[in-house]
Amino acid sequence: MSELIRKNASELVELLKTGQVSSVELTQVHLDRSAAVDQDVHSYLYQSPETALAAAADIDRRRAAGEKLHDLAGLPIAVKDNLTTTDAPTTSGSKILEGWIPPYDSTVVKRIREAGLPILGKTNLDEFAMGSSTEFSAFGPSRNPWDLTRIPGGSGGGSSSVVASFQAPVAIGSDTGGSIRFPASVTGTVGNKPTYGAVSRYGLIALASSLDQVGPVSRNVLDSALIQDLIAGHDPHDSTSLPESLGSMADAARKLDVKGMRIGVIKELMGEGFQPGVMNRFKESIALLEQAGAEIVEVSCPNFEYAIAAYYLILPAEASSNLAKFDSVRFGLRVAPEGNPTIERVMAATREAGFGPEVKRRIILGTYALSSGSYEHFYGAALKVRTLIQRDFAAAFEKADVLISPTAPTTAFKIGEKLEDPLAMYLNDIATIPANLAGIPGMSIPNGLADEDGLPVGLQLLAPARADARLYQVGAALEKMHEDIWGKRMIDFAPELEVRG
Amino acid sequence: MAKDELMNYEKALEMFEVVIGLEVHVELNTKTKMFCGCRNEFGDEPNTNVCPICIALPGALPAVNRTAVESSISIGLALGCEIAPNGRFARKNYFYPDLAKNFQTSQYDEPIAFEGELTVELPSGSVHTVQIERAHMEEDAGKLTHIGGSTGRIQGAEYSLVDYNRAGVPLVEIVTKPVYGAGAEAPELAAAYVRSIREIVKGLGVSDAKMERGNVRCDANVSLRPHGQEKLGTRTETKNVNSLRSIERAVRYEIQRQAALLAKGTAIIQETRHWHEDKGATSAGRPKSDADDYRYFPEPDLVPVQPSKELIESLRAKLPEKPADRRKRVQAEWGFADLEFRDVVNADLLDQIEETVRAGAKPQAARKWWTGELARIANSQDKDVTELEISGAYVAELAQLVDAGKLNDRLAREVLTYVLNGEGSPTKIVAARGLEVVSDDGALIAAIDAALAKQPDVLDAIREGRMQAAGAVIGAVMQAMKGSADAGRVRELLIEKANAQ
Repeated sequence: MSELIRKNASELVELLKTGQVSSVELTQVHLDRSAAVDQDVHSYLYQSPETALAAAADIDRRRAAGEKLHDLAGLPIAVKDNLTTTDAPTTSGSKILEGWIPPYDSTVVKRIREAGLPILGKTNLDEFAMGSSTEFSAFGPSRNPWDLTRIPGGSGGGSSSVVASFQAPVAIGSDTGGSIRFPASVTGTVGNKPTYGAVSRYGLIALASSLDQVGPVSRNVLDSALIQDLIAGHDPHDSTSLPESLGSMADAARKLDVKGMRIGVIKELMGEGFQPGVMNRFKESIALLEQAGAEIVEVSCPNFEYAIAAYYLILPAEASSNLAKFDSVRFGLRVAPEGNPTIERVMAATREAGFGPEVKRRIILGTYALSSGSYEHFYGAALKVRTLIQRDFAAAFEKADVLISPTAPTTAFKIGEKLEDPLAMYLNDIATIPANLAGIPGMSIPNGLADEDGLPVGLQLLAPARADARLYQVGAALEKMHEDIWGKRMIDFAPELEVRG
Repeated sequence: MAKDELMNYEKALEMFEVVIGLEVHVELNTKTKMFCGCRNEFGDEPNTNVCPICIALPGALPAVNRTAVESSISIGLALGCEIAPNGRFARKNYFYPDLAKNFQTSQYDEPIAFEGELTVELPSGSVHTVQIERAHMEEDAGKLTHIGGSTGRIQGAEYSLVDYNRAGVPLVEIVTKPVYGAGAEAPELAAAYVRSIREIVKGLGVSDAKMERGNVRCDANVSLRPHGQEKLGTRTETKNVNSLRSIERAVRYEIQRQAALLAKGTAIIQETRHWHEDKGATSAGRPKSDADDYRYFPEPDLVPVQPSKELIESLRAKLPEKPADRRKRVQAEWGFADLEFRDVVNADLLDQIEETVRAGAKPQAARKWWTGELARIANSQDKDVTELEISGAYVAELAQLVDAGKLNDRLAREVLTYVLNGEGSPTKIVAARGLEVVSDDGALIAAIDAALAKQPDVLDAIREGRMQAAGAVIGAVMQAMKGSADAGRVRELLIEKANAQ
């Protein structure tokens, strides 16, 4: 295994800039790694080595010609398969989009290309990002590099496993209720869901428009900061994108200082239902932060107990409408039913064959939640809960600059373990969902290994809307304290994967 | 189509009170569509003005057209409406192949304009004030063409073609409150109301306002109730009636049809109805209940429209005169008798005559040309006079040529046909074709002498006061001069000649 692939992106960028490594070389070692391990891990739904190498060669040529390049130029990256790309199929993990090549690039992908980052491939996800394990991908699950019998989290299990298995230094994910943070938590990686509107959603295949946000996935905090700085910024194509810049995340990640910061521990996100190993590591980190000069305060968010219920009304309601466009008329799968194929019957047959069970479950749920007679009881009530949760956060941020909690109640579960129990699956997101409902940023950083199973545990940091920089500042500082104690990075505890092919 | 039983109109009005409600859709003439940058252009090749947004490709997002919002506010202000400081869009969910997203982005409980009124004058001279409930923004659907089958409807068609050029074209829907008290004039009121809306949007310059192109479409709700009854009767909604005359006829038809049913004790079915211009009748469309479930919810992809007070006031300051005020003003300025003026209004010729007068024509001459010769030509071509390709300036020029004696009526009509053929201005045509009236006395005297040589008795007859004898000579002169002689001058010269001898 090339030592290059284990390096942090921030180091690789320096090697590229100083000419110690070419983008082609760097891209090639990652492609080689995928050839060796991805049949087991299954992070990618699609890779085109030629396209990636051509992009890399172009950057090398431009660098050789003395062109002024973006700081990250030449750094390879993986992209979740719910972001449109003109040179690769974009499926969102669904049969209904199998083989669909979009005629336009998402804004995030456009920024990646403009900065000269070769795209290594498109990563796996639960169908339309609905799930917490990638088991609902129509193209089979991804696996956790720490234990291949376990899930890598979801929906962005492709992006978490791709960086955890050193197939890419960084990746792009999307987070609707924890789809960046839960996978980061169970794979010992870093993931940030930026403030709603910080990153353009144009070209992100929508799950729930008011909750979706694109963000970075990496093996350390600074690397995520570099990627967020690359992809964030106003986009006139997304009217919900913020007009103002949130500043440099990389600068914040380099401060490594938490002195005087008020850090709030959310009372409702600990204790019952949380695995002992998760809680032990969490308490140790609180102590570390306190030692480093942070002020620890307890905050209460009493309405969080309704967050999952509200989320599973708002999300399906929006999704039921967002997914209505998959009707066989203009793109994607078309299934002709037997007999007389009226438009209604073609639409129905296509959606029956093209959507998987979780997607159908949520479309039905959302359609019901919006129907007249149900609206006030379900969707309307959920919107009220959303407001209450926003107020909980507002009150908590009066007392604290940053809030912390475990990212998820448990470590990675076994593939198949929760497949037949949707409610148990939904509970994984209990700590991550409130941030999406409130539109605030949330980050998961590695927080050690659980005593009982030796698997990665994550710590979640939350900040007020637009204060993403605080997450990078506290996250990087805590990461540094951890690495000083451990003597290495969290990811360096991961077992070696068997190399094949 | 089964033939409906109709009640005599006068009898229907004796038995029932008519209540109407009008929904007018105005297509805005913005350069681009409501939510994307595609051209908003009628008549282009099918599916050439489309993009990922208006054909609803996965990942695409809408962004609101600023000009469309300003046009909508102007319409609202012209109708005396309040403008909402915070207007949200909503999704109206239903599956139909002309609706790319399978939901229409519209406004539901927060229209941009609400609570206005419009004063409408009927041909009889009576004046009504129609209460406006709301004016809201929405997008048009694509255009379906059903191939095969006999009716051009989706039922029975072999297949259908979809043109998405119209998908996403900005619309403003103006909805009245129930209109009472028009009695026998309800049909005329409906038509006059739509005419006023057309004048307003044309005056504002926000729509081409061509009904035959669907720029202005009217859905007419009609219900009847016994005189004195408070509860409204069951209504029908006759869709997309596309001329003022049809609106009047359709409302009248529904009154007679519903009256016949109610008199027999048959309940009215709440449904949409289609107007058939050729048969002069409506036919049943789909049943429509108040509980049609469109699962409206706030559009999460768009931030609310929040027009500033300054914007609203600057648009208010630019409002043109109200139609009723304008009519009063121009009638006085032009000195038209009531009947003359009504003809002008009913033929929708205010703009044309105003332009013609502004270009220097006398008001009566302008009126005569437009309601006379031009209306006749349009009629013979089965067109609306307003559709003729001629400017007010050319009509004015023509009238001035006649006044100056350079053209006689016959020649002027001839010149007009050349103008309509696109040969240029009347002056240019007169010069190019040598059509000027000959008033050179020498040429005329020669022609008169030639004619008198054949009819020597005429001079005696004139001297004896038998003026009708002059006609034969004048006719002969005109014929010899191929119509280019000034008949008045020929007559004068002839009389001079007779008296001189």
